[in-house]
Amino acid sequence: MIDLFLARYVYLFVLVLLAVGLYAVLAKSDLVKKVIGLTIFSTAIYLFFIEGSLQEGGTAPVIDERGSDPALYVDPLPHLLILTAIVVGVGVVGVALALLVRLYRTHGTLDEDRIAARLAGRDDEAARGQDDEAERGRNGEAAPGRDDDTSGGASGSPGDGR
Amino acid sequence: MNQLPILPLLPLLFGSILAVLAGLWRPRAAQVVAVASAALSLAASLVGLLRVIPDGSMSYEIGGWPPPIGIEYVLDPLSAFMACIVALIGLLIVIYPVDAAFDLRPTRGVPLYPLALLLLTGLMGVMLSGDLFHLFVFLEIYAISTYGLVSLGGDRATFAALRYLLLGTVGSGLYLLGVGFLYFSTGTLNMVDMAAMLPDIADSPTVLGAMGLIVIGLALKMALFPLHVWLPDAHSYSPPGVAALLAAVQVKAGAYALVRILFDVFGPAYTETGGVPVSTALIWFGMAGIVVGSVMAIRQTDIKRLLAYSTVAQLGYIGLGIGLASPIALIGALLHVLNHAMMKSGLFLVAGGIIQRTGLKSIPRFAGLGKRMPWTMAGFAIAALSMVGIPPLAGFWSKFYLVWATVDVGHWIAAVVVVGSSLFTMVYFLKLFEQVFVREPTEDVVATAVEPSGRVVGTVSVLGAAIVLVGLFNATIVRQVIAPIAERMLG
Repeated sequence: MIDLFLARYVYLFVLVLLAVGLYAVLAKSDLVKKVIGLTIFSTAIYLFFIEGSLQEGGTAPVIDERGSDPALYVDPLPHLLILTAIVVGVGVVGVALALLVRLYRTHGTLDEDRIAARLAGRDDEAARGQDDEAERGRNGEAAPGRDDDTSGGASGSPGDGR
Repeated sequence: MNQLPILPLLPLLFGSILAVLAGLWRPRAAQVVAVASAALSLAASLVGLLRVIPDGSMSYEIGGWPPPIGIEYVLDPLSAFMACIVALIGLLIVIYPVDAAFDLRPTRGVPLYPLALLLLTGLMGVMLSGDLFHLFVFLEIYAISTYGLVSLGGDRATFAALRYLLLGTVGSGLYLLGVGFLYFSTGTLNMVDMAAMLPDIADSPTVLGAMGLIVIGLALKMALFPLHVWLPDAHSYSPPGVAALLAAVQVKAGAYALVRILFDVFGPAYTETGGVPVSTALIWFGMAGIVVGSVMAIRQTDIKRLLAYSTVAQLGYIGLGIGLASPIALIGALLHVLNHAMMKSGLFLVAGGIIQRTGLKSIPRFAGLGKRMPWTMAGFAIAALSMVGIPPLAGFWSKFYLVWATVDVGHWIAAVVVVGSSLFTMVYFLKLFEQVFVREPTEDVVATAVEPSGRVVGTVSVLGAAIVLVGLFNATIVRQVIAPIAERMLG
């Protein structure tokens, strides 16, 4: 059992990272935290590929006098795939950040629930006219478990005045 | 003509770069470039379809590296069929006037057409790729351009795009993880190569886990219930032309990848073993999607939102057809991919025409539009009746094959759901028909409305005519194109 764990602990770590990332994407209400969760989730997948390609005692796959025994070389293909996947991931995060900037400029907050509330029931002028403190209090009541610094930091932003 | 498998892709890829430059010079020129490249791509796809129907499949090795080491592009009847749909719908969308399609005047520097062409490039790459990782890259290419295009629809659309980005990236991440499982158990990424190795290890937990991950990831991409949560917002807030592109072909890329991987790569591991109940899950979630999507569509008053929920329901049909995994069901699912592409893009383009001329989105205010815009509304009526499934229009036939398949395998609940959902569809389109054709105008903008511009009417008429023709010549299309595909995949 302990041998299996020692041989496979990286996969366990990958699993934990996947869970953390997915939890952040689904459960956090701060959009920046969601994007961070997304990055953690993708990184876990990269780690999984790198760990899978590992060859104990293997070396870089350059054909030399040692012949073509696959046990002597690290599998290079997953590295290549992950380089591509990292580039793709950077593109996605870039788009996500651009969208976040646009949302912040319009709403002055990055809290998903507050943006959704502003977009749904009340139109923008009504939402803008409301007292910021009252708004924060109501959100706090609706979701008592949420960490306050997030919504507080976001709602105290200068964007509300625009 | 050995390069034929990659030819539908190249005009779109180079067109998107060229359109950036053309857009910097003259905004109008970008559209011209886009129309030209989509038309070239359509021509290449059609030639490809005509070539592969008698000859079987063709493949192209990038850089001269033979598979399984190199990346392979495969043109077989299924990918050629899908490539034709993508190129045809793409061509119609880029012909459609820019202010109606994107809610924007063509301005210097806003890369509308490059993004649209990049979206089409990604879709075309998904259709043509013969390599699992290459397919992932194209999934992300089309996804990234989708996020950009959706966010053009304004404030709500930006929020919808971000939510879609979060879920869509998780979906492609799960797909990539599944591909990793498969790679480490077979040592290859080439689909043909992997399909040859998988039957021996079909029962291993790694392969079954990979199947689960890939199915969940692609179901998120194709918005199969209950993973459809991103779709209604993204489709209803994005500009009409973008929504037409997304509903008609973008979600179908996920469906195509699902068909390709489940039937071609997993093959017996999917259809025979019972280790992971993937097909049962697809059947039940497909049916749930049909019911939920239809019921939600009835409750909507915004036309684009109604169409978006209707898309959820129609994707349920495709999921159901994939889940039933019989040749007839697969014919139904593939035919529905074609039919839904024509019907839903037609309906969104009509909605775009209405919004362009009147600015109205709410259905109760549409009263009397039928008399003011007879041609557009005739196209709308054809597409809507086809959605309901009135013979001999195209939409009837895909439902007919699906009902036949459910009866054939003895799944009576699915038969009831498919037939019953036609009634739901009828309810929400009758509501629209009553407003549009029976009522007298109540809004001033309607009373003075005129027919949308020629290009709106033209694209809508092409789609309306296509719906009628595909319905009438249905037997030919099924016998020549779709039935051999289903035979080959499940025979």
